[in-house]
Order: sequence, then C-alpha cells, then structure tokens
Amino acid sequence: MSGSDLHTQGLAQLARGLDSGEFSSVELVRALLDRIEAHDTALNAFITVTADGALKAAERADAERSRGETGVLNGLPIVHKDIFCTRGVLTTCGSRMLENFVSPYDAAVVERLAGAGAVMLGKTNMDEFAMGSSNETSYFGPVRNPWDLACSPGGSSGGSAASVAARVVPAATGTDTGGSIRQPAALTGTTGLKPTYGRVSRYGMIAFASSLDQAGVITRSAEDAALLLGVMAGCDERDSTSIDHPVPDYVAGLGRSLEGLRVGIVRQHFDAGLDEATAAAVREALAVLEAQGASLTEVDLPNLDLSVPTYYVVAPAECSSNLSRFDGVRFGHRAENPDDLLDLYCRSRGEGFGAEVKRRILTGTYVLSAGYYDAYYLKAQQVRQLIADDFRKAFTEVDVIAGPTAPAPAFRLGDKTDDPITMYLNDIYTIGANLAGLPGISIPCGFASELPVGLHLVGPHFGEERLLSTAHQYQLLTDWHTRCPEGYA
Amino acid sequence: MSLDKDQVQHIAMLARLRVADEEIADTVDKLSRIVDFVDQLSQADTTDVVPMAHPLDAAQRLRPDVVTETVRRDEFQENAPAVSDGLYLVPKVIE
Repeated sequence: MSGSDLHTQGLAQLARGLDSGEFSSVELVRALLDRIEAHDTALNAFITVTADGALKAAERADAERSRGETGVLNGLPIVHKDIFCTRGVLTTCGSRMLENFVSPYDAAVVERLAGAGAVMLGKTNMDEFAMGSSNETSYFGPVRNPWDLACSPGGSSGGSAASVAARVVPAATGTDTGGSIRQPAALTGTTGLKPTYGRVSRYGMIAFASSLDQAGVITRSAEDAALLLGVMAGCDERDSTSIDHPVPDYVAGLGRSLEGLRVGIVRQHFDAGLDEATAAAVREALAVLEAQGASLTEVDLPNLDLSVPTYYVVAPAECSSNLSRFDGVRFGHRAENPDDLLDLYCRSRGEGFGAEVKRRILTGTYVLSAGYYDAYYLKAQQVRQLIADDFRKAFTEVDVIAGPTAPAPAFRLGDKTDDPITMYLNDIYTIGANLAGLPGISIPCGFASELPVGLHLVGPHFGEERLLSTAHQYQLLTDWHTRCPEGYA
Repeated sequence: MSLDKDQVQHIAMLARLRVADEEIADTVDKLSRIVDFVDQLSQADTTDVVPMAHPLDAAQRLRPDVVTETVRRDEFQENAPAVSDGLYLVPKVIE
C-alpha cells in the first residue's frame, strides 16, 4: 500500500496497516494533513487544523506501538466537531461569541478517544452552537458538500460530514440534538450514528438542549462507527445524565445476520413531502434487508407530525437557559465601552450571537415566560411523552424502525435560509429519536439527482448493537458507502 | 403576526439580548412564524398525560460529597475579557 492512497481507507483497514507496519502513524497523519490543505479551501470543513499537535501525537503513538503498548485506536486519525472542548486548542462552537475561546480542559469524548490512542487532526466547522441544518449559521462561513460544492452538506455537524465524505479524514465526532449527525451523514453519503441519550458523556460538549444532546460519530462504515462507539460509550461521573449501562463489544456484534430481523416501516414517512427518488432508494434498501430474511411490518407513530413543533419548543427553551452563561464577563465576546452592566450583557450577547441563535434564545425565552409556560413548554413535554409512547409501543413489535433520514437530498446553499420553518422541517424524520432518547443511524443507500440518500434506522434504548450489525450487514451486501464524490478519490 | 414589536423587545430584554433596530422587523416576522408553527401543539389531546421529565425515566445520579475539583482560577481567567487581581471586572454597579 503506497502512501498516496491512505486517505481512501477506513479506520479498521488503517488499523491493520499500522499493525502490520505497512506505514506509520506519522506517515498517515502527514498524508491527511496534505489532504486537508489541498481540499479545505473549497470545503471550509475545518475551523482549526492542529498539525503540530497531530504530528507529536502520531510520533507518540508510533513509539508506543514499537513498545507494544497499543490502544485500540493507536495512531488512527480523527477530527472533532468544534463543539467539543479541547484543552489548549481553540473551541469556537461556530460562534463569534467563542471566537477566541481556548478551552482549559478536554471533553470526555476527546479524552476517551485520545486515551485509546486516536490522533486529533483538527476541529470541524458547524452551525453556530449546533443550531441549524445546513451549516449556514456558522460564523466561519458555510461548509460545502463535496458531492456538489453549490450544495449544503447538512448540519449541524456539516464539517465533520464533509471531511469524511471527501476522504480528507476517515472519521469525525459529531453531536445530534435533532438530527445533526444523521442528516449531514445522509446528505454526504457517510455513516452517522447518534447513540441513546446518556450512552456517551456530554461532559465538555458545549450544551445546546441538554435533554436532547448526544455525542456520536460520522464514519465511512458501520464497522468504523462500532469501533469508535466502544471507546466513547460508558458512564461518566462528570455528566449527571450519563447512564451506567454495560458497554457491549460493538465490533464483535457486527456479525449478527439479518435473518429474523423485524423491521418496522412507518407509513407516514412515505407520505407527501418525501422526494420520489429518495423514496425509491429507501424502498430498494428495505428490499435488500427483506431478501436476507428480515421481515417488514408497518408500524404506526400517530404523533409523528407533532415532533417538529414539540422540538421547537423544548430545544429553544433549553437553549435559552444554557446560553445564559454567555454574559461577556467570564469568557466569550465582550462589547466595547459598555454604559452599565445591563448594556454589557445585552450588547455582548447581541454582537456575539448570530441571527438563528438569537431567534432560538428569543423563542425559548418566550415559551418559558410568565403566562406561556403551561401552553408551550408543559404542553410540549406532554406531547413528547406521547411520541415516546408511540415508539415504545412500536418496539414491542419490531427490532428496528427503518425509513428515510431526510426528505430530500442535499439542497443548494441559500435555498432555505429565508424561512426558518422550511429549514426546521428537514429534520422531520430524525427529531423523534431525540425526543424519545433513542439511538439512530444513517447509512448511504443510493442516489437521487446524483446526490446521496440516507437510510435511517432507529432502535430501542441501548439498541446500538442491533443498529450497527444491521447497518454492517447491509454494507456487506451493497457498495453505496464506498462511493466517493468526483475529484476526491 | 402573532407577536408585535413591543412583545419582541420585552422578550429580548428578558433574554438580555440586544436586537438592533435594523433586525427588529425581520425578528418579529420570523418569531411570529415560529410561534404560529408551534401553536399546532394546542390541538393535541394531552389529558392526563404526565409531562416527560427524562427520556429514559432515569433519576438523577448522586455522587459522594467529596472535593474533586482543584482551584485553577488563573488558567480559567485567561479566557476572561477583563480581570484584575483574580477578580472579574464589570462596569460599576454600586454608586
């Protein structure tokens, strides 16, 4: 294997190459840093590239390997969404507010991956504070989709998705509050896993909506996602909502066959509003599962239509509270020459936050304000319970629920920025899993208008093993996940 | 419009968020559209439904009451816009 095609390999394959001594981690990291330099001007997927730190970490990994002390990810490259705090490295969350924020500590996810030997190459671009579905709300400019540079890669983990799709890096972390891992994975032809709420520690992950946020990964295969999840998952004292639940060997579980798998199909998923070519690709993927012995059953999620409005009460409410920490005093942007303390708060926040973040803070403040709490927040938490009950009932009959990840393939930059509701409806198929705390994965299953389409699989709480094995078995039978955008081979 | 300019300015004050004059019309328009959109929740029958407190019905974990953090004030204050003698500086609040 020559150094010039290291970028084409996934994590599992790269690990075998490192193990057999075909190449070193330093050689691998150098090749990928060159790749970032060659492509990132066009993609804008990175906010920070940590070349020096990466080379030092790669040297350490090579030295450890030569002494036989290898972690499961020893020497393997990864990039982190810029929402994860990284000690001594700029952590902006895509916002002017944190334009100069250098984190004094590492997020749990960063710590665990580094502890297993992974080498961080940089921090990826994202919608500001993860609020967006197109990466257009980033203070650092939109990310471009390698499948068509005029298109959005989705969001909010758009930089992570675009860099994995463009073969710049083999894997990236992401976060998913309403679809922010799965929707960009679908729009870029990558594999995106959002674990069960509480499966991965949120410590050091800048909070957006704390009852919905969960960390996950974007990779080129379910096998690589399984490898990373095994390292990232587990209870953490520092996140009071992380759950103490055994972590299975996700890689060992990948071999489970599709025979007897009960797949639920939601009728409403295929109603008007779903792009025809997307529907066709998803139906074909379902037929592949069926041909391998899976059974398809129709399930009903009667409150599905209410998931987007429920989300747009709950998420802004929690965001308005979480983002109150940005006060211009302890860290973050501070307005010049304030008249008084109130002016300092109002102007620092007014200048530091972009339009979408402000809209969500205002929406959240409104729905929580005196006289409106019962009508909006309490009502939304009740509807959320109904939505969770629908899923609970469905999972007594099926093992996974399958459907489209997004209603259409990648859209053009600028197409949906005028109307927030049009943008919000992009997450119609993904939001339910966040509201109910369920794991979900998006895997490539074909093309529509020459752009990738994602198949979405949702499982019951802690059902990641079955999601990953289903996705892996599908990827053994198909090659959609190996397709590469033109110019990035 | 379900919201007017005065309401939006009141909410902005509650949120300690300055909305510039040139942004106000667009903010009123878009917030009204969001509020109209989420208003469809009122149609749902939620009689006797217990509002969700946690997606997994989990209770908050408790930890032993022991000191785990160390003082790292100087390091933390490196990110602060204005400090002096270990204190955070703000405009004068007491006349």
